[in-house]
Amino acid sequence: MTITSLTTANPETPPPVFLPSRRDRILGRIQNQGAFAVLILVVVIASIGSPGFASGANILSILVGNAYPALLALGMTFVIISGGIDLSVGSVFALGGVLASYGASHGGILLALALPIVVAALIGLAQGLMVARAGMAPFIVTLAGMLFARGLLQAISHEGQTTYEVPAGSAFLKLGQGNWAPIVTVAVLFVLGGLVLARSRFGHNVYAVGGNENAATLMGVAVRRTKVWVYVLSAVLAGVAGLLNASSLGSGVTAIGVGYELTAIAVTVIGGTLLSGGAGSVLGTVAGVLLLAVIQNLIGQYISQYGSSASAAVNGAFLAVVVLLQTYLSRARRIT
Amino acid sequence: MTSEVVAASGVDRARLLAWLRDYGVYAAIVLLVVVATSLHPAFLSVGNLRVQAFQLVPTLFVSLGMALVIATEGVDLSVGAVIALAASLIPLYLGYNAWIAIALCVVGGAIAGTVSGLMVAVAKVQPIVATLALMIGLRGVAVIFNGNQAKPVNDPVLGAIGLNSVGGVPIVVIAAVVVVLIVLFVVRRTTFGRQLVAVGDNRAASALAGLPVRRVLLTVYIVSGVLAALAGVLLVGHGAEADPATQGLNIELAAITAVVVGGTPLTGGRIRVLGTVAGALFMQLLSATLIQHDVPNSYAQMAEAVIICLAVYAARDRSGR
Repeated sequence: MTITSLTTANPETPPPVFLPSRRDRILGRIQNQGAFAVLILVVVIASIGSPGFASGANILSILVGNAYPALLALGMTFVIISGGIDLSVGSVFALGGVLASYGASHGGILLALALPIVVAALIGLAQGLMVARAGMAPFIVTLAGMLFARGLLQAISHEGQTTYEVPAGSAFLKLGQGNWAPIVTVAVLFVLGGLVLARSRFGHNVYAVGGNENAATLMGVAVRRTKVWVYVLSAVLAGVAGLLNASSLGSGVTAIGVGYELTAIAVTVIGGTLLSGGAGSVLGTVAGVLLLAVIQNLIGQYISQYGSSASAAVNGAFLAVVVLLQTYLSRARRIT
Repeated sequence: MTSEVVAASGVDRARLLAWLRDYGVYAAIVLLVVVATSLHPAFLSVGNLRVQAFQLVPTLFVSLGMALVIATEGVDLSVGAVIALAASLIPLYLGYNAWIAIALCVVGGAIAGTVSGLMVAVAKVQPIVATLALMIGLRGVAVIFNGNQAKPVNDPVLGAIGLNSVGGVPIVVIAAVVVVLIVLFVVRRTTFGRQLVAVGDNRAASALAGLPVRRVLLTVYIVSGVLAALAGVLLVGHGAEADPATQGLNIELAAITAVVVGGTPLTGGRIRVLGTVAGALFMQLLSATLIQHDVPNSYAQMAEAVIICLAVYAARDRSGR
């Protein structure tokens, strides 16, 4: 029974070939850039159906509102392609904001920049070493990291009772405020991230490690070092996102970032990055981020009564559909 | 000479780690109880133990389901959302009869478990994403059902389940003992228990050996969903309030922690039911002790993170797979 179901699960699967067939290429294209197609579709429908949607102000608010949390998804893309997962980014995001405003109020802009980046890097380093050196499961290591970073920020802020304000007139405030600073900063970081992933040796190593760790080791890829750097990168991006967010808010909000790691994972997966590792792209993640942002914006316009819960329900359903499609597409392309 | 010493200490270290993995959690509980009682004699008082028991049992229910799922090399992130679903269903159907409301919660949990089970078993989606989708979506649905606000639940049946005792023992504790015994029996004495571990150890080999892999996976997620729904019933009954927005939040993390601290590896293929009970008990007593001694929540959280890492380090698979 089960044997037949196992072997006949993909009756039409062609035997392995070395050059991708046209069908494979089309399916691969859908898997990689399907989110963009859906995004364009949703935007077109929304622009026709909803007069307020296509206004400049609304589009600007969508972009600005989602700019900094999007950086978590950028880091998550690297981590997931390397075959891991990082649940700590939401807490590190909040921690980065608290540390930045603590630094700004106690030592000025340099401390405000250095403190979150250094602490985030250390958290990422610890997680990376536990995953790469000790061979512990990324899921549980970063889960502990999530608790630790949240605990640390609670300790710094005296159990959330002290909110550090960035002093008015501090140069730190100029960093992330306004409409264009967030968009430009985040866009530049995404372009850099995309180039690193697609064009650099490190990026290729990330794909190799996530695709087949043993093969990567045999090819001479520094597997452990690559993994450690991936977690450092993800944590630093989360810290920087928190820092920029604190600059735009003018204070270190402590109750922020809860559940952001889930959104980051969801948009990364919706963007076509496979959770099994080895495949994905920064461009896909951009599409995933924008797609969820647009959908949330539409939900906010029409069923604002249940705003966040309705968009949570839609996000969950969306994620399930995308993941099922992805699984189907990647199985149609090859036997895994 | 030197190499012999190194080898000997290496063996001892491996044995120590193996012992820690298997019995460390029990030793930790004994140590914790001794320390906590010597610092504060009322720790072992009946009153305190009852308070701890009421807080422990819902997490324990969820942890047992989680242990079954983790044994199949999966994970169920949706349990907190299933609790929210139960909390939203109870006020809707309490008007008919408390038992009907409870039955519907169980059905809801089973449906949620079926959805994630089908995604994992048939569509072969990774358990993390499959249950993540439910975790995100289902709580949203539950909050919409409930109309976005906490509702008081003053029902004699639910209140009795959540608060009353029989012969001095809280009903929830009796229920927990029954559930633990059932799970223990299923895992140790039934074919399903063997299949569960086999599927977690090697899914492909189990399928080739003719085991009903899909049925095992589906069952495990349904059981996890049902246990989570029951935990939701207990939480609503004990708190006399249904609040899908907050009830069961982060319980999946507590449950995973309990399972891992109890010595069940995340890589599947092994399950320790009593270890899971001990893991849940240890985390509960630890946080209670820290709170009783006015340790700020922040430091308690960091301590929890360190303990999780130590437990995973001790329980990690060293066979080189």
